[in-house]
Amino acid sequence: MSGEDSTDAPEFETERGYELDGPGMPGPAPDERPHPEGRRNTHGVRIDPEAEAKPRHRTAVVSALVEHEPGVLSRVSGLFSRRQFNIESLTVGKTTVDGHARITLVVEETDAGIDQVKKQLAKLKPVIQVGELDDDAVRAELVLLKVRGDEPDKVHAITQMYEGQTLDAGPRTITVQITGDQQKIDDAVDAFRQFGIIEIARTGQTALARGDTPTTPGEEPGHSTEPKDSTYRDETDDDDENQLTHQP
Amino acid sequence: MSEQQTTPATDERTEDDRTAETTQTPITTGASSAVRALENAGVETAFGVQGGAIMPIYDALYDSDIHHVTMAHEQGAAHAADAYGVVRGEPGVCLATSGPGATNLVTGIADADMDSDAMLALTGQVPSTMVGSDAFQETDTTGVTAPITKHNYFASDADTVGDTVGEAFALAAEGRPGPTLVDLPKDTTMAETDREPGPARPPETTTPPTEADAESVEAAAAAIERAEKPLLLFGGGVVKANATEEARAFAVDNGIPVVTTMPAIGSMPEDHELCLSWAGMHGTGYANMAVTHCDLLVAVGCRFDDRLTGGVDTFAPEAEVVHVDVDEAEISKNVHADYPVVGDAKAVLDQLAGEVGQAPDAREWRQQCQTWKEEYPLAYKTPEDEPLKPQFVVEALDEATSDDTIVTTGVGQHQMWAAQFWTFTNPRTWVSSHGLGTMGYGLPAAIGAKLAAPDKDVVCVDGDGSFLMTIQELSVAVREELDITVAVLNNEYIGMVRQWQDAFFEGRRMAAEYDWCPDFAKLAEAFGARGFSAENYDEAADAIENALAYDGPSVVDFRVDPAENVYPMVASGGANGKFALSEDQL
Repeated sequence: MSGEDSTDAPEFETERGYELDGPGMPGPAPDERPHPEGRRNTHGVRIDPEAEAKPRHRTAVVSALVEHEPGVLSRVSGLFSRRQFNIESLTVGKTTVDGHARITLVVEETDAGIDQVKKQLAKLKPVIQVGELDDDAVRAELVLLKVRGDEPDKVHAITQMYEGQTLDAGPRTITVQITGDQQKIDDAVDAFRQFGIIEIARTGQTALARGDTPTTPGEEPGHSTEPKDSTYRDETDDDDENQLTHQP
Repeated sequence: MSEQQTTPATDERTEDDRTAETTQTPITTGASSAVRALENAGVETAFGVQGGAIMPIYDALYDSDIHHVTMAHEQGAAHAADAYGVVRGEPGVCLATSGPGATNLVTGIADADMDSDAMLALTGQVPSTMVGSDAFQETDTTGVTAPITKHNYFASDADTVGDTVGEAFALAAEGRPGPTLVDLPKDTTMAETDREPGPARPPETTTPPTEADAESVEAAAAAIERAEKPLLLFGGGVVKANATEEARAFAVDNGIPVVTTMPAIGSMPEDHELCLSWAGMHGTGYANMAVTHCDLLVAVGCRFDDRLTGGVDTFAPEAEVVHVDVDEAEISKNVHADYPVVGDAKAVLDQLAGEVGQAPDAREWRQQCQTWKEEYPLAYKTPEDEPLKPQFVVEALDEATSDDTIVTTGVGQHQMWAAQFWTFTNPRTWVSSHGLGTMGYGLPAAIGAKLAAPDKDVVCVDGDGSFLMTIQELSVAVREELDITVAVLNNEYIGMVRQWQDAFFEGRRMAAEYDWCPDFAKLAEAFGARGFSAENYDEAADAIENALAYDGPSVVDFRVDPAENVYPMVASGGANGKFALSEDQL
């Protein structure tokens, strides 16, 4: 194919190329077009135009049963930071099943956000099950408080009031341990303030569902068995142990 | 099938397994076990770059039938593997060494992650005894890639490394596809083992649904039946689930107009009456009008990216939303789903087709959509004396090639013109970087696409800025004798940036001028490819014919109108129905 005359039109016609008057394309301008009023909020939830569009935050306790493999905690915490979920606390520990651990997360998010937290968690490969705990779940937190040792009797009295234990007592400092739900811990911390709190370490909440309710779906209440067919795991147990020793 | 092996897993193999087809070298090291896992998974081609820590794997590849394509840069390897996977519908495989090799893969892995493309990356790693010591070419690869992979593995045992590679491969393709990575410390791949890997199977903790539960399908079907202005929105998941046949049938049987997302281009033939092409920032006016005015939006396999929705508060404001997705986490992530349906697109479309008893009464709506097609056609001005229009080049290339030609692109204005002015009719013929928007994707993707489908024509529509980013991969196309045509829409700008600078930054064109680009035609020749250039319509016609006729890689440097911009355009975060048709409407 060669152009015999450079002023000729191109040698093949295109489907849609045609001359237009003026800039742009035909059709009414944006403001002249029919355009319905927006009826979603910033979370994409449909709302009445007049209705309150701001979603409210709530606190949720999410429990995840995970494979206790290297990097699982960083994957979970990485997920939270990457997706900008507001995390209050995170606790992790082994379960009675070899190779399983339970992570308990307290998150403060909108309903949609909490829903996302659970679904995104469940997507992670090492995560076996995810559940959200009811308000009546059994929850506890542990706090270590180091206070000045000037008034040991008073410190002891407060410790007893909160059913705590004195773990270390010296001439200058006293360290006590309190366990309980979040409200009790908060109150205890307030009560100890009068002595001058030197250091404090809180674990964050851990929790289990009450009674026969499983903490994560599929779990059998009253048994240590957790929802997992263990046949496949057995084959790869060696691998896991090696990973634990090699992975930084 | 001849049984040459002494593996206990023989009973589990299928006819597809290539393991038994030929006499294989015995497993001696972790590396050969890893390579055997790739062979078991049916891997035919892998893309990569050699290096210190990955050498044992390459040494094992020496004895393998897997075609290894050495790329000029690891980013090219990742993009090529990504595109190979998109075209084939199976995970593409890329390899890199530790440290810089692995980090060079990162862009390509992130790209695959955003577009849910199945891909397996194998990276070398320093010996595990040295991990953490800041050893030579050490990077925490699993740490770096954790946020951009479905899952990654640190393979620490030569006996199980093959199973790990197999699992990673299977996981990449399972459910919602995505990239996986196996980091291979050198002591693992060097260590002796005779362990045959089992068949590639996904991990037990991942169990994606196939069929959706009947209740949610019933509810969605009822909503479809009573809709007056229903609209189907096909996302990339339709293509990935190989559900285009079911999707098209559902649309036609029920007379429901279809818009697609960019990754789903080709899922519905764009010349079909019901197809309104793709919606979003630079989507067609009629697609965006339909999205804005529909009363039921049936979204299949899409994640409601902001380039599609604009501001969610004005997205499909009148519509109830049916959202079909295999990934439950996508449901109500960005746009609330009134009817969530969790399942594989192919299976769910079958279920829906069975459940929808009566097609919705949408004749008026269909006519309205046709009217919008007439009101807002994709068009551009083509007086003969004007500089060559980029849209014309795309149309001319489309007309000069067959319907199953694969188009790859970089990212920028050229990508939008390619998507707008090429009429796609088949799935897996549009290969582009959508979610991440990676400039430089086009050429390595063309290489991957051509190797995946050697019988198909492959055209890479690229921009001058984008092409320059991975231009070194031309050397690979030449060496592999790949018949691909690169059409550079050269406007001497990083054009999309310039368009935004003109629209939103008072025309202050900071760092957007690319008049320093090399002569691409000459550069192509220097690489050993054919180079052409075209400044006007006649030269363009000649160059297209000659470049397509040339049996090997060719590059056409189209000097297009530098002032041309991409329209329609929905302003970032704006309402889909308020697309601008020219700059003065922004």
